[in-house]
Amino acid sequence: MTRRWPNRSLMIGAALALIFIAGGFLSLIWTPYAIDGVDIPNKMLLPTAAHWLGTDHLGRDILSMIMVGAQTSIAVAVLAVGIGMGVGIPLGLTAAARAGGWLDEFIMRGNDLVFAFPSLVIAILITAVFGPGAVNAIIAIGIFNIPVFARLTRGAALSLWQRDFILAARVSGKSGLRISVEHILPNITSLMIVQGTIQFSLGILAEAGLSYVGLGAQPPIPSWGRMLAESQTLVSLAPQLALIPGLAIVLTVLGLNLMGDGLRDMLDPRIRAER
Amino acid sequence: MSDISRLLTASAIALFAGLGVAQAQTDITVAMQLEPPNLDPTGGAAEAIDSVTYSNIYEGLTRFASDGSVVPGLAASWEISADGLVYTFKLHQGVTFHDGSAFDAEDVKFSLDRARADDSTNAQKPLFAQIADVTVIDAATVQITLSQPNGSLLFNLAWGDAVIVAPESAATNTTNPVGTGAFTFVNWVQGDRIDLARNANYWGTPAVLETATFRFISDPTAAFASVMAGDVDVFSGFPAPENLPQFAADPRFQVIVGSTEGETILAMNNKLPPFENVLVREAVSHAIDRQAIIDGAMFGYGMPIGTHFAPHNPAYVDLKTGSAYDPDRARALLAEAGLPDGFTTTLKLPPPSYARRGGEIIAAQLRAVGIETEVSNLEWAQWLEQVFKGKDFGLTIVSHTEPMDINIYANPEYYFQYDNPDFQALMTELTATTDPEKRTALLQKAQTIIAEDYVNGYLFQLAALTVAKAGVQGLWPNAPVASIDLTAVSWVK
Amino acid sequence: MIGYVLRRFVSLIVSLVVASLVIFMVVEVAPGDPAAFMLGMSAQPDTLAALRAELGLDVAKPQRYLNWVSGMVQGDFGTSYTYRTPVAGMIADRMWISLPLAVYALVLSTLIAFPAGIYAASRRGRAGDIAVMGATQLGVAVPNFWFAMIMVLIFAINLGWFSAGGFPGWDKGFWGGIKALTLPAIALALPQAAILARVMRSSLLDMLGEDFIRTARAKGLRARSVLWKHALRNAMIPVLTIIGLQFSFLLAGGIIIEQVFYLPGLGRLVFQAITQRDLIVVESVVMLLVFAVIVVNFVVDLTYAAVDPRLRVQA
Repeated sequence: MTRRWPNRSLMIGAALALIFIAGGFLSLIWTPYAIDGVDIPNKMLLPTAAHWLGTDHLGRDILSMIMVGAQTSIAVAVLAVGIGMGVGIPLGLTAAARAGGWLDEFIMRGNDLVFAFPSLVIAILITAVFGPGAVNAIIAIGIFNIPVFARLTRGAALSLWQRDFILAARVSGKSGLRISVEHILPNITSLMIVQGTIQFSLGILAEAGLSYVGLGAQPPIPSWGRMLAESQTLVSLAPQLALIPGLAIVLTVLGLNLMGDGLRDMLDPRIRAER
Repeated sequence: MSDISRLLTASAIALFAGLGVAQAQTDITVAMQLEPPNLDPTGGAAEAIDSVTYSNIYEGLTRFASDGSVVPGLAASWEISADGLVYTFKLHQGVTFHDGSAFDAEDVKFSLDRARADDSTNAQKPLFAQIADVTVIDAATVQITLSQPNGSLLFNLAWGDAVIVAPESAATNTTNPVGTGAFTFVNWVQGDRIDLARNANYWGTPAVLETATFRFISDPTAAFASVMAGDVDVFSGFPAPENLPQFAADPRFQVIVGSTEGETILAMNNKLPPFENVLVREAVSHAIDRQAIIDGAMFGYGMPIGTHFAPHNPAYVDLKTGSAYDPDRARALLAEAGLPDGFTTTLKLPPPSYARRGGEIIAAQLRAVGIETEVSNLEWAQWLEQVFKGKDFGLTIVSHTEPMDINIYANPEYYFQYDNPDFQALMTELTATTDPEKRTALLQKAQTIIAEDYVNGYLFQLAALTVAKAGVQGLWPNAPVASIDLTAVSWVK
Repeated sequence: MIGYVLRRFVSLIVSLVVASLVIFMVVEVAPGDPAAFMLGMSAQPDTLAALRAELGLDVAKPQRYLNWVSGMVQGDFGTSYTYRTPVAGMIADRMWISLPLAVYALVLSTLIAFPAGIYAASRRGRAGDIAVMGATQLGVAVPNFWFAMIMVLIFAINLGWFSAGGFPGWDKGFWGGIKALTLPAIALALPQAAILARVMRSSLLDMLGEDFIRTARAKGLRARSVLWKHALRNAMIPVLTIIGLQFSFLLAGGIIIEQVFYLPGLGRLVFQAITQRDLIVVESVVMLLVFAVIVVNFVVDLTYAAVDPRLRVQA
């Protein structure tokens, strides 16, 4: 009964997300127009044959900007997830391996501490300290991904540690590190993939928010959030300038979320058993 | 009661209520972008302080009128000695501060001495540099003695940094301003608004409005929304020029376009290679298309300038042809300077949209002649730190809004680091000259020097953009000083 | 139990101290001199020095940290560099906007999410469930500042039902204040409602699959009463956690929304303070927000331990 539905959501989601991901990759080698092609006489055109999505308030081609903006959003979000996983998963595994001990307590309190910080305020602070830009946006978003993966990994690993095959490995003398890497890690990958997809979509929203207030990727690199910010005063003159980047964000995030849901439902029985 | 009589009664009530509202409004809500950090113009440099308090709450010996001329303020008249060193001011009588204390020459001495003291935090201390002594002759006469003649003393005394304060209240003016002006301070809800009320004991022509509220809306979108929705009556310094045609076409609103004292320039770091080479600076000047920048960044509002001087000023010289848009000439000049393949430099931009949008347009124009720019968008604090104080930049865009500020080119320490002894000598001569014709000649020479030296890229004069509801009258179209003078503002009946 | 409370309390204090250190260090490292910012382009070296002395910026950093912490413990949050007024007063003023806004958004979010989540759970797999889930997917994907702008365009500018922003002040009337907070609260609430609805649904579905529910069903209780009485009560625990988390997010996370609606709240205070390099305000407000979250977590933990004995043992 519920089997057909998740697969459909996974497919729709993947299709949506892939449109923008593909656009982002394509923009690495080609865009219809140069993204710094300022052309004042042709500003704020509606979609035409020459400009499929029209032009912005400085005459630049919107389709090209959306494509490169996809690149920006995806790069920032993926790298932020990378940081979250790269630091968070080892932390979570360590905490689970040393469950109950001072290291576990230390890591968990550190986690709670990071969770307690208002993330947007800290992101703005970080970019004020180190300067605005894509790199610092990645760091700022990535820092808040770490406790998410750490907590998730620890929870999943803890329940795995109770299982017979792990106890057997312990008895046979394997170190906590080896057990974590060889046995625990492979069994939590599906969980990590699902969470990774979710954090990816959250990262896209976070990047849009940061660049909306001017702290994400800087000009001339286009970014969807900044396109939204720049379009707002023009919204009654040229509403498409606000609608198009907004829709790009919504559709990409929607696609990724549907993918994440579909993946989770497909992997459902295994996740349930691991709990 | 039957339905019909109920209806008639209701209509009658509504009619009478409507009649009661037929009088003209006496309150006003004025919005502006930046909130003042405090309310003492003699202690801080933020323009926003002057916008709210200058001429409304505080007054000086002289003041600026809406056309930029210097007219009497608290000083009814003055005499200048033959050698130009002694100024004797006759003060108005019967003036009181808002806290009831009387105004007299002692307050003038107190204010000026306080401004020029060694430990003063007055942002414009150089204005008072030539004052050697301030003497009280009697309660209504005060004498200022200069160490050397200064042709712009009366002009300087009109600035917001020279307003007269009372010793009893000076220390708390930052949060509870006490002045002599037509409005008194009522209330400041930080982050939101400042309320003023009419000063019933004002010595001059009283204000028409009974209350005035200043609100602070920095976001251009919120600014547009607030005016459109009728939340504010006036928006002074409207930050989104693209919306003005919409307001102009709407009979509920009026759009007032005037000029400011803001010369918007593409500043070049004259001590940083390759900008020390005048050929390179000239190349940059020819590479930029002023009109495209005005159209793209300011949606057509703003007057192009060819030098650092306000075009509405009678002494202005039109020097735009020397830096006309000519990319071919720019490339030729770069080649002549030994940079046929162009070069790379930094373009650091503060928050205003003229800088951000203008910066994107200029970056594209410079790239077309081979000059690559690394653009960084900075907050004001960072801009002040890196560009203004640290001089760590190649190019930047900023608007200089102080009136008659061409003398910044005589300061080799100023952020763009232009060091020309001839120009410095010229400025010293200007300060000492009081004859208006001689001053005009010197000013014209000054403008020509900095244009021919291509010190900076002179872009345009910032337009004063005000949007208001159709019934408001008396607003200043121009902004010779950063003040939103409400003393003569009223609603049409 | 006492031991658990004491241990958690100690770790609360440690968290607060570490947080204060981290906040202080991060804020102080931010480049940009507050005095230079205040004096602007006309700053001279002597006026700069005078101002820095006046603001207390020439005191060594460790001393400034200790002054700040000891002041906060006594309720003195320092004096703002920019406004020269006590920070505590500024925070109190802003709280009167941010706190009601957060509560309002939370109430709206809950009012939308609970019925939606319960309805979806009760219609699992069928059209109603899919429709609600589709709507929540959309709600989660829409950036709240974009949604806010569209609402302003439609409801304030075109229809004129609401003002485009601003806050008239509670002294001008309770309902006036509520009206001014309505569009912002909706903008904040919608994405949260979407998340909450999904949590409500999945939590309820989990409960419905549990053994004790099947037992209740086997006993012959009607489906509806099973749903409402037994499953719902137990499903509330994770839901309440999320609501608690959302509250602290709403308090601080409304920065952008406060900017769009020009509300003088805590979020905008921090944003402006960062731009103005008003270090004291940034430090104190961030510390206050972190304090609020840590304390709320502490209270929630204690409540859980009181309710569920297993947690005490595991900890």
